[in-house]
Order: sequence, then C-alpha cells, then structure tokens
Amino acid sequence: MTKQQKKWFKFASPQAFYPLAGKLIPIFWVLTAMFGAVGLWLSFFVAPTDATQGEGYRIIFVHVPTSWMSMFIYLVMAGWAAVGLSFNARLSSMMAQSLAPTGALMAFLSLWTGAFWGKPMWGTWWVWDARLTSELILFFLYLGFMSLQASIDDPRRADKAGAILALVGVVNVPIIYFSVTWWNTLHQGASVSLTKSPSMAMTMLWGMLLMAMCLWMYSIAVGLTRVRAIILEREAHTEWVKQLQEVKA
Amino acid sequence: MNWHSASEFFAMGGYALYVWGSFGACALAFLAEPLLIRQRHKQIVRTLRRQTAAEKLEMEHP
Amino acid sequence: MNAMWATLRRDLLVVMRRKSEVLTALFFFVIVCSLFPLGIGPEPGLLRKIAPGVLWVCALLATMLGLQRMFAADHADGTLEQMAISPTALVWLVVGKIGAHWLVSGLPLVLMAPVLGLQFDLDAEALGVLMLALLLGTPVLSLIGAIGAALTLGVRGGGVLLSLLVLPLYIPVLIFGAGAVESHIAGLGAGGHLSLLAALLVLAVFFAPWAATAALRIALE
Repeated sequence: MTKQQKKWFKFASPQAFYPLAGKLIPIFWVLTAMFGAVGLWLSFFVAPTDATQGEGYRIIFVHVPTSWMSMFIYLVMAGWAAVGLSFNARLSSMMAQSLAPTGALMAFLSLWTGAFWGKPMWGTWWVWDARLTSELILFFLYLGFMSLQASIDDPRRADKAGAILALVGVVNVPIIYFSVTWWNTLHQGASVSLTKSPSMAMTMLWGMLLMAMCLWMYSIAVGLTRVRAIILEREAHTEWVKQLQEVKA
Repeated sequence: MNWHSASEFFAMGGYALYVWGSFGACALAFLAEPLLIRQRHKQIVRTLRRQTAAEKLEMEHP
Repeated sequence: MNAMWATLRRDLLVVMRRKSEVLTALFFFVIVCSLFPLGIGPEPGLLRKIAPGVLWVCALLATMLGLQRMFAADHADGTLEQMAISPTALVWLVVGKIGAHWLVSGLPLVLMAPVLGLQFDLDAEALGVLMLALLLGTPVLSLIGAIGAALTLGVRGGGVLLSLLVLPLYIPVLIFGAGAVESHIAGLGAGGHLSLLAALLVLAVFFAPWAATAALRIALE
C-alpha cells in the first residue's frame, strides 16, 4: 500500500474522521446554497409556463430531485453498510445509520410533492402511479431499516443486521420497481404518468439537475453532521472523546 | 421574466396552494432536519460533560 | 444435504407435537378471508374481482404469523447455537428449517385456497391457477421470511418489526401471484405471471438461504 493510500485510511477511524467532517460540513452548506439559489432561480424565473399544466408543473423541480435523492441515498447507505459489514468498519456502519433518516425524509417529500402535484392535475391526492407506488415501498424499506436498528440494543449487531437488510433491499428495489410497473400497466385506469412530460425544455432539465445537486450537497452536509453526533454517542467511553474541546469546556 | 408582479408570483397561476405547499414542505423539512441534529448533538455533549464532571469528582474524592 | 433432510424432519416432528400452532395459522387464513365479503357485501361480481388480491393478502399475513417460529424456539433453548457450531454448514440446516416452515405454513394454504375461492365464486380453472400461483409463491414467502426471522431473532417487538421488514419485500410476489389469477380471469392467460413467480422462486432459492444464514450468525454473535 502506498503512503498516499495509507494517509486516507487513517480517516477510517471515528477519532480522525470527527474533526475532518467538522471542517467539511460548512463547505457543503455553501455548495447547497449556491446550487439551490441557481436552481430555484431557474425553476421560477427562467423556466417558461407549461402549456398544459400552467404554473403547477413547477413542483417537478422538487418532486423529481427528492425522488432521485431518495433512491441515490438508499444505494449509498447500502454501500456503506456493506463496507461496514465486510471490513468490520464501525465508521462505515455509522455513516449508513446517519444517512437513513435523510433518505427517508427525501422519500416522504417525494410522496408529499407527488400528491400535491397529482391533486390539481389528476384530481386525487394519491395516484397508484408506478413511480409513486415504488417510492412508497422505498419509504417502507427505509422505515424498516431504521426500526430494525432502533430495536437492537447492541450497536454492532444493529450495524450488521441493518447491513443485511439494506443489501436485501437493494436487490429487491429493481424487482419491486419492475413488478409495480407491470402491475400498473395492467391496471391502466388513467393512462397518464405523473413524471412524463410531453417535451422537456432544456431549462426544465437544468432546473431539475441543479435542484438535485442542491439536495445532494444538502444530504452530504446533513449526513456528516448527523454522523458526528452518532460518533459522539457511540464512542462516549473513549479517551479522545473525553478530551474534546466541546466536552471539556 | 415570467412574473409581472409579486402578487402574480405568489398566486402561481392559481396553483399557489400546490406549488407553495410542495416547496414549503421541503423548506420546512430542510430547516427542521439540521436543527434536530443540532439538538441531538447538544444533548450528547451535555451528557458527556456531566459524565466527565462526575468522573472528575470521583477521582478527587474517592 | 442429509443434514437438511434431518433438520426438516426434526422441525416437522416438533410441530406435530404442537399441532395447534399450525392450525391457528390456517384458521386465521380462513377467518380473515371470510371477513372481506362480510365487510364489502355479497355481490358475486365484486367478490370475484377482489378474490385474487384478498386471498393472496390473507396468505401473506397467515405466512407471517408462523415466521417467528422458524428460529425462536431453537434459539431460546440453545439448539440454534449448537447448529451453528456443528461441522455441517449452517446454510443446509437453514434450508431444512425453511422447508419445514413451508410444509407447515405454505402448503396448507395452497390446499385450502380452492375452498376459500369458492366463497368468492371463482370458477374451477381460476382456482387451479390460484393453487399453482400459491404453490410457486408461498415458498418464496418462507424463503424471504426466513431472512426477516433471522434478523429479528430475540429482538424486542420482534413480531411486528418482522412484519414491517418483510411485507415490502413480499409485494412482488403479491403482485405476480394475484395478477396471475386476474389475468386468467380476464382471458389473457396466466403464463407470464406464473413464469415471473417461478423466476422469483429461483432467485429466492439461490439467495435467501445465504442471507438468512448470515443474519443468523449475526444474531448469534
């Protein structure tokens, strides 16, 4: 292993990662604000009014990004959980634990914004659209992960059990999505999809991408912040925690 | 420019409830989440301070 | 391999000594299925429409009732730990347990379903499709359920937590299983759905035992 690689591996310990995360968090908040500002400006002031959906379609600029993030975070969470399981790395499992609530929140907001989009467009607060239904199931998967970890007292067992569940979930998400799409096409009532627009103007696409970047930076900022709290909670007995400035003060 | 006045902007062509209901919920969530984490952090620090203080006392007066 | 059959036989023997457990799950299936017409109304057209979905959901719930039984008793008296440190690979013992669970929880549902299907005015062919779908699907339920049972072993609030974990994973089975009967009734043929169920079964047979074994080892640490 090169010296360069060795240098990065030291951050695998909670003790080394804690201050590093602390320094990184403000950077990601700045990035969040920047992407958010440009994204929102595009969403409201540049993207033109839609021919069929009027101004209501602008919900897409939060609905799609939250959906993307809910799925992306699940993958990252499962990835960290897998690393924690294979390498017996505490910090990786803590990272997974830290990401779960944010991912669940994204899934919830995706459902909420989807409902608020569906009501004026299709007349009902809930539509059994394939994507929304899959999103609902993803929300359940997040809840299951968080409940399982919360129910197991031993933190390492909780880490590993959660990892197995997250990995089983990752394998299942494509299967679930496929089965729900299949189910939806067979029960075609309203043959409209919430997320299919006739033609996506470039500005609309850019708006969604920038808002997605904003949420990504946000998720990292929040994930790092939460993992710091988790590190303190789980490493409370260690000497380095007791020696921290904020604890001694 | 899409909007000719502030009131037009807030009205969102009649979709105000839905657009602001969506963006508003997201804004609320993204404000609440970091605040809740900050609370969690403060709580654990408080607990740790109490613990270290108790340990110190024990060492000084065994 | 012999260990698998031995475990299966042993679990069946244990269950036979407490037949009531098996029968309660079956009665649950029957009663809950009967609740739907009582709640919705006896109109045969409507009942025929909801029958596949209702029967499948009840099958899911009835299977879940027995999942905890898979590992809990052996875990409580230390047998599970002995199995884990035995020279035989744990995965074969797990497969045996899953097999026993299916024979006790899944197969009776398959056999009971036609009787219940009559309550919903399903015709003979539809009942046949239903039985075949359940035959393919209930083993998947036992296989996936084993993962959940292993993950929640000895955890407080285990039963409800198990349901929360496992039900989202059951959804594809539900969709294809009920879908098979529905598309048969609609005249479109059940072949597609049944093939997908078979594919799920193959996937589950190959992956679930390993995941369940890994989860068991974590629980036993």
